[in-house]
Amino acid sequence: MASLVPCPHCGARPKEEFTIKGAALARPTPDAGTEAWMDYVYLRDNPRGLYEEYWHHTSGCRRWLVVTRDTATHDIEHSRDVALSQLTDIRP
Amino acid sequence: MTSYRLQTGGLIDRQTPVSFTFDGKRMLGFEGDSLASALLANGRQLIGRSFKYHRPRGILTAGSAEPNALMTIGRGGRTEANTRATMQELYQGLEAKSQSRWPSLEFDIGALNTLLSPFLGAGFYYKTFMWPAPLWEKLYEPFIRKAAGLGKATYEADPDTYEKCWAHCDLLIIGSGPTGIAAALTSGRSGARVILVDEHSASGGSLLSETASIGDVSASVFVQQAMDELHSLSNVQILTRTTAFGWYDGNVFGAVERVQKQVALPNVALPVERLWRIVAKKALLASGAEERPLVFGGNDIPGVMMATAMRTYLNRYGVAPGKDVAIFTTNNSGYALANDLEARGIVPVAIIDSRPDGNSAYAGKARVINGAFVSDAHGGKALSSVSIFKSGIAETIKVDALAMSGGFSPVIHLACHRGGKPIWSDEQSAFLAPNGLKGMELAGAVATTVGIAACLEDGANRAAALIEGLGFKTSPASFGTVERDIVSPAAKPVWNIPGIKGKAFVDYQNDVHREDLGIAVQEGYGHVELAKRYTTNGMATDQGKLSNVNAIGLLAQARGVSPAEVGTTTFRPFYTPVSFGALTGAYHGEHFQPVRKSPLHGWAKKNGAIFVETGLWYRSSWFTRDGETTWRESVDREVRNVRVNAGLCDVSMLGKIEICGKDAAEFLNRVYSNAFLKLPVGKARYGLMLREDGMIYDDGTTSRLSEQRFFMTTTTAYAAGVMNHLEFCAQALWPDLDVHIASSTDQWAQMAVAGPKARLILQTVVDEDISNEAFPFLGAKEVSLFGGQLHGRLLRISFSGELAFELAVPASYGESVADALMEAGRNHGIQPYGVEALSVLRIEKGHVTHNEINGTVVPADLGFGKMVSSTKGDFIGKAMVAREGLTSSERPQLVGVIPLDPNTSFRSGSHILEKNAAARLENDQGYVTSSAFSPHLRSTIGLALVKRGSERHDEEVMIWNGIRNEFTPGRLCNPVFVDPENEKLHV
Repeated sequence: MASLVPCPHCGARPKEEFTIKGAALARPTPDAGTEAWMDYVYLRDNPRGLYEEYWHHTSGCRRWLVVTRDTATHDIEHSRDVALSQLTDIRP
Repeated sequence: MTSYRLQTGGLIDRQTPVSFTFDGKRMLGFEGDSLASALLANGRQLIGRSFKYHRPRGILTAGSAEPNALMTIGRGGRTEANTRATMQELYQGLEAKSQSRWPSLEFDIGALNTLLSPFLGAGFYYKTFMWPAPLWEKLYEPFIRKAAGLGKATYEADPDTYEKCWAHCDLLIIGSGPTGIAAALTSGRSGARVILVDEHSASGGSLLSETASIGDVSASVFVQQAMDELHSLSNVQILTRTTAFGWYDGNVFGAVERVQKQVALPNVALPVERLWRIVAKKALLASGAEERPLVFGGNDIPGVMMATAMRTYLNRYGVAPGKDVAIFTTNNSGYALANDLEARGIVPVAIIDSRPDGNSAYAGKARVINGAFVSDAHGGKALSSVSIFKSGIAETIKVDALAMSGGFSPVIHLACHRGGKPIWSDEQSAFLAPNGLKGMELAGAVATTVGIAACLEDGANRAAALIEGLGFKTSPASFGTVERDIVSPAAKPVWNIPGIKGKAFVDYQNDVHREDLGIAVQEGYGHVELAKRYTTNGMATDQGKLSNVNAIGLLAQARGVSPAEVGTTTFRPFYTPVSFGALTGAYHGEHFQPVRKSPLHGWAKKNGAIFVETGLWYRSSWFTRDGETTWRESVDREVRNVRVNAGLCDVSMLGKIEICGKDAAEFLNRVYSNAFLKLPVGKARYGLMLREDGMIYDDGTTSRLSEQRFFMTTTTAYAAGVMNHLEFCAQALWPDLDVHIASSTDQWAQMAVAGPKARLILQTVVDEDISNEAFPFLGAKEVSLFGGQLHGRLLRISFSGELAFELAVPASYGESVADALMEAGRNHGIQPYGVEALSVLRIEKGHVTHNEINGTVVPADLGFGKMVSSTKGDFIGKAMVAREGLTSSERPQLVGVIPLDPNTSFRSGSHILEKNAAARLENDQGYVTSSAFSPHLRSTIGLALVKRGSERHDEEVMIWNGIRNEFTPGRLCNPVFVDPENEKLHV
């Protein structure tokens, strides 16, 4: 039902305020080749344990975050603003 | 009549009688009664029929685990089925009806099912499916549907309101028995924010049923004093009638508060139920323990009851269970009841104790039979006698009530909701909470602490430790001596009782009896999860609160293993049923979702708009005029008028995004597939946004208002998505770019003025020269309006193919400006037009929308191949749009389609076949994406995605609607039906 996501700007907020995009992958360069692009666009790991995902604080500060989430326990290990890496990371 | 109200005693208000009805019969109870206690006080023990065999059933418990006493409460839209009579507070005028009976509770035809019981055993549903199919449909299923089922829901709307809210605390304490109260006093006195929840109407838990004293006062007075202190602390929130039903990620708890379920007519200013989400830094689970039934023959006959429940009815409600009471127990719990009964002048006729040595401390008058079992209870609608089995010798004694206690199961449900598995303890004969819980601790009986004194101490100590861990200073609360404390340590469980002759029920609510579990094991369904599905043990509204551990014990014995090896089924929320109303909260009816109204909504309304919901928006569909009887008449008129005079259309709901910064142009260049870097100031450009997989995501125009400032429009549907996407690109992909993005959809009222007379009309309000020379096609600039009274943005863009402008003004001026334009255009024949006409106009012009941009098309499919830049170094979708499959010449391409005979028609979604091809999937050439009646061509026209469509103009085809079996001969054509040379745009 309810769980909380630590936003580095807004503090702990209900997950309903967020939109999840999926795995936080680095975007390949335009000439990286078909295989790299197929990986980036279509293929996803499905690990048990810590996983980095892009979350958007859509109904909050509207910043994109990299959220490190444990896929087995749903515990959020860590979250950081994807762009403003110089900001202090917030840990729950 | 067996059970009855005692002359004195109990925590009920005998000065306040409460009138209620049960199956239409009027009865009296007292303020403070539960529905169950009031029924028992009225001598009512038969309160329902069982689910499958329709056996007479009585009240078994005094709490939320009740499997039998499910009733339908209330009338009309307030009808609530499957209400547990044990949890329902009595109120004036309460109407209760029994369930699962027909035609009446006393005489029930379904009881014949008992005769069919050999066929209705475990796996019945699965086995019957094996029988001849026609029999199943015609006979068995209707029979089962009629016989089975709990209460019936009402079809009437619920007149009451519900709400949802959040709460935050340092410590959440679940349960307000001795443990919870001690914990609340300890933590509350420290100043920490404490929430104390309890599912019952009054705080106190088991203390309300106790005859013990704490310090110098009775248990109930102790509760009163403690609660008075807690109520005086502003940092402590006490929620009674509130069930904590789930433990979720982030130490968030779900709870439902029954705010007004104890009144006949709720106060409309308050919700009837409130759904809480409680964020707790720490939680203390003090949920106590549930007494287990014993599985003997006839253990479901009305008059058989849990021992602690019988004690509650006796001590809290002043209700005696009967005159001749026997007690069957495996532990000391039964003796507490024996003492209390004796104190009220009811000496039990026998205490049947399964332990060979019994309870040596018992000094009461009842006859004690040690090392014995009740093998069978006898009676029909009421208990008449029990058979006692001891060392192979049977004895029958007359009784009208039988209490049973098979030991206690800690109520660990919440502790297991986050995936932890319960652990079997041989020592405690119970499943205990998983180890290593984060954010939650257990105290009191749920942690196998026994006795009031020990629970008080445990609650205080654990709360102190938790609160100190959060940085508060405190010391555990201390309490006076507890007199007449009941300490009932765990005893050896008795799963299989010898000498049983009748049906021995394990799960009362699902009518699962002992032999069913044996069958499950024999037939290979002995795994606990399989046995649950095969026998239905542990399903339905009580989710096996009383039955699961007994079932596991019986499965373990049948399989010859320990209960630890059998394990439990998974504990999931909700602990007890939660109403749809509470989960829905305020989100129903017109509040189901927000309504978005354009700043021009009022203007549209007074001009006769018929609105249509598109997403959250209310858009004007068309504007009916006097004498028009069909929507088509209105739409055709609006379309013609735009082509001949001019029309005004509200386009405020288009997404509007401000993009600024030194790198704004570079940013746009990367998010659009076509070039934007060199877009001149004062110009608008149509842009295509791709997804990374190369498909088109959205389209729209973006205008350069100054060197570093752009104004983007998106489609209505994708406004929010595009905004999120742009933010992702700016923040995640290219954080080095200096670009700032803000949505301004709600800040602008935007109107399209389209038609040959558009300029004439607009020029009357726009101060600047907007002649074709001064402001040519695709011009975009900030303009002054009404002699400098107002400023807006003017774009010379066209969706209709006519000379057209879009004017954006600050939202609050929208209606006045639209009024002024209508006034200025009156003599030029201006008329408002809606989205239906807008759609016809764009189809006539061959413009695409998300009907065509459907997630499977690339720019070349729509004839936009040149809009994919080959010179730009990078843009979203660049790498993937060049894939082989996306450049194939066989791909569907945008094409126009018209019927050969203009008097015939076709619909969107129809498929295109070659002229003489059979109507089969393999001959499919594509399909019609958009269609409309074109007043301009006086024919239905359509846009379609057809294989190699751009090469097939003028080909005759068959338009096939397979759903309606319609065939329309047609012809493919240029998708631009009006002004293919774009001359009108440039006048």
